[in-house]
Amino acid sequence: MSISETANPRGSVADRLRDALPKLVLSPTVAIVAIFVYGFILFTLYLSFTDSRILPTFGLVGFENYDKLFRLRAWDTAVSNLVIFGVLYIAICCVLGLLLAILLDQRIRAEGFIRTIYLYPMALSFIVTGVAWKWFLDPGIGIEAVVQGWGWTDFKFNWIKDREMAIYTIVIAAVWQTSGFVMAMFLAGLRGIDSEMMKAAQIDGASTFALYRRIIIPQLRPAFMSAFVVLAHMAIKSYDLVIALTGGGPGTSTELPATFMYSYTFTRNQMGIGAASAVIMLMTIAAIIVPYLWSELREKK
Amino acid sequence: MGFLDIKKATKSYGSLQVLHETDISVEEGEFLVLVGPSGCGKSTLLNMIAGLEDITSGEIAIRGRSMNGVKPADRNIAMVFQSYALYPNMTVAGNISFGMEMHGIPKPERQKRIDQVADLLQISHLLDRKPGQLSGGQRQRVAMGRALVREPDVFLFDEPLSNLDAKLRVDMRTEIKKLHQKLGTTIVYVTHDQIEALTLSTRIAVMYGGYVQQLGTPKEIYDNPANMFVAGFMGSPSMNLFPAKVVSLDGRPAAEIALADGKSAAVPFAGETLASSVGRDIVLGIRPEAITDKDGADRNSNAVHMVEAPVEVTEPAGSDTFVVSQIGGKDVTGRFRADVNVRAGDVFPFAFNMEKAVAFDPQTENRIA
Amino acid sequence: MVTVTSSRSFSPGRFVLYALLALFCIYYLLPLYVMLVNSLKPLSEITAGGMMALPKDWTLAPWLSAWSSAQVGVEATGLKPYFLNSIIMVVPAVALSTLVGALNGYVLTKWTFRGATIVFGLLLFGCFIPFQMVLIPMARMLGLMGLAGSVTGLIFVHFVYGIGFSTLYFRNYYAAFPTELVRAAQIDGAGFFRIFWRILLPSSGPIAVVCIIWQFTNIWNDFLFGASFSDFSSQPMTVALNNLVQSSTGVKEYNVHFAGAIMAALPTLLVYIVAGRYFVRGLMAGSVKG
Repeated sequence: MSISETANPRGSVADRLRDALPKLVLSPTVAIVAIFVYGFILFTLYLSFTDSRILPTFGLVGFENYDKLFRLRAWDTAVSNLVIFGVLYIAICCVLGLLLAILLDQRIRAEGFIRTIYLYPMALSFIVTGVAWKWFLDPGIGIEAVVQGWGWTDFKFNWIKDREMAIYTIVIAAVWQTSGFVMAMFLAGLRGIDSEMMKAAQIDGASTFALYRRIIIPQLRPAFMSAFVVLAHMAIKSYDLVIALTGGGPGTSTELPATFMYSYTFTRNQMGIGAASAVIMLMTIAAIIVPYLWSELREKK
Repeated sequence: MGFLDIKKATKSYGSLQVLHETDISVEEGEFLVLVGPSGCGKSTLLNMIAGLEDITSGEIAIRGRSMNGVKPADRNIAMVFQSYALYPNMTVAGNISFGMEMHGIPKPERQKRIDQVADLLQISHLLDRKPGQLSGGQRQRVAMGRALVREPDVFLFDEPLSNLDAKLRVDMRTEIKKLHQKLGTTIVYVTHDQIEALTLSTRIAVMYGGYVQQLGTPKEIYDNPANMFVAGFMGSPSMNLFPAKVVSLDGRPAAEIALADGKSAAVPFAGETLASSVGRDIVLGIRPEAITDKDGADRNSNAVHMVEAPVEVTEPAGSDTFVVSQIGGKDVTGRFRADVNVRAGDVFPFAFNMEKAVAFDPQTENRIA
Repeated sequence: MVTVTSSRSFSPGRFVLYALLALFCIYYLLPLYVMLVNSLKPLSEITAGGMMALPKDWTLAPWLSAWSSAQVGVEATGLKPYFLNSIIMVVPAVALSTLVGALNGYVLTKWTFRGATIVFGLLLFGCFIPFQMVLIPMARMLGLMGLAGSVTGLIFVHFVYGIGFSTLYFRNYYAAFPTELVRAAQIDGAGFFRIFWRILLPSSGPIAVVCIIWQFTNIWNDFLFGASFSDFSSQPMTVALNNLVQSSTGVKEYNVHFAGAIMAALPTLLVYIVAGRYFVRGLMAGSVKG
């Protein structure tokens, strides 16, 4: 519905300028995105094929960085940590979020207040969350010390200091921060379901349990999809929380690809390998996000 | 050359042509209604006149000046939208004066004109309100006020009454007509409501599938529809259209029609146009008010013919009773006087006023007589 | 909504329901409680295993220390300068990205052109990329622009990567804004900017609030860019907090850490409490519908 370029244009320069104005207004953004998103992606992609160390250099080495990357134990750890973390994080958030949404959907008094409490961690920085949980889970002063102080002197909860278990503390803190958000997504989905359909199901004699299992939860598929995409992309990008909570430790036991990339690029001076790991991260996220955006934008048409 | 000239105008989106070559010339003071079902191209044409959509080819001129490439604001037009499109953040007065403000009219002059228009439309007491505080009818008036105050060459109305309830719609219809008669402005008005078209217009363009099917006065359109689409679209209840065959009866052309009880009847045409078409299949079109009971028939007509036909359904509607019979496999409705004693199942004499009958070619659907 | 029980009176089922809800309230509030009470007690009470208890000795000393005298990195300045850095960084970055996003949304919905959807799609994808992908070139670019290690540089980075979401918000909002209003204004003689300024912007209050809150929260809470592109004098609050907590010299002053954490959380938490509705709307709009 733009105003016209016309069948026989006779516009003066000023007219032409006015016609081009919308595009002119958009053009800085297009330029910024072209350079700072796509240009930079290409730059990093290029670096991943070079022998860059402490500074970018431009000697091509083919797939050498990728080859090295996949042989690195640290990368292996980071990837398997991501799998553990990602799967648990997404699964627990979804289950907990759905449970809370269903509980809150029962005509609860003070629903707004309770929802506010469930959702507030989302407003916090991961660094704050990390600090809070870091000391809360610390065996010296945190929950272990407290419970022992209460008399259960055998009580042990030192996961954060345990190489095997430390990754699960990341899951705990991340779930705490995000599950309220997932709850809100499911709640919006629940509220979007046609209430007449539920009345019909109740008249058909469906029990509350059957109602949720057979009628309501299947209709939450779009909400599940959105939750999955959002959580998966957050999991892959997780960086701040690990830094604040465990710093990647003990040892390298809680390193994730995002922390791996940072330390290889900026502290270990292996920029080529760092770039290669970033490329892998991008491809993983793109595999999740692109189909999602594609379907959302197509729907709109 | 008219006041508003649409010359060979077309519109396409890519390969999709939504308006085929259209020529309409509107005289000053005319009230032209573009009517048709949704997607017929009427709104596109209106937007092209407004300059809100560009013309793919052809030309639109107002007062002999080509409007191609002229901004909407510089065409000296005003438009009333279906949703009224009142600026929600401005008062009624602000809405009415915004256009004048944009055109650099000084404030005292603006105030004067606002007062005049508000007076004319009886909205003076609403000037300080926001659109959100107005009823549908009031919003409608404000929207018209915003258009009137511009004193434009041409008024464009885009389905302005479709958001009002039935009663208010009829009132506003009358009001718009009064306003037109009083001010003598040139109006192009888009609607899908054929009654609005017939009551308001001085001329109607019936549109369908991106073509102007017929352009004419309301009477021409109603009495002599150019084709079966126009016949069916204009008028309510719509024109009866049913198959018939041209036969010769006493040397004059007549329509042979198949009745529901297996019999057939031959009804002579009023004119001789189809004399050379004996044996041809046609679609006969007769409006319900031309199919009546005997006493209800038009006394001035010289071509009323009686047909005994079985009655399928009667629909009393207060002032009239609509009587339905099957002819040639189609429901045919007649408009009988309310007190006629007729029941479903009766075989009853229907009076066909053949002066009002038209005939169409079943293949081309165009009128042939 | 479905009723579990037909009567609204107190039944065992509803008791369990409310008990569960209350339990989860405790779960979500616990870390906040821990931060709060421990920021108000002397260090000795914490190390003695009293983390869950209320302070015996109420004190504001940890707050004062965290604000103005604690060791952050190499200097004992407290968090105050970094808090100010964050504010200086957040305000212009939020304002700029919101304004540009509003204009973009306006163009993309009311002045569309061939390829607008593709432009939007590319913009949107930019919101989701892992920023690790841009760290190296951005560090170089900031160097070239003479903005390395400065707050201005951080403003620029946040502005650049904030445009995508701002545009998303305004585009979706303006898509539902009646186009007839824009047409009416065109006929009234208003131009591109005048329509934006006089017609759309006055109706954009809610989405502007949503967008500002989202950008504010995101930029305030950012760590990655802050850690990558700032030096000691330009660090934002999150980075300083992390330095405070991770510093390996001396005894760990947990109470000071907690006070600092609350300071870092306070601005976004306040916004959330005051305008939670808009915050949630922003979250949903940013994720559920692209």
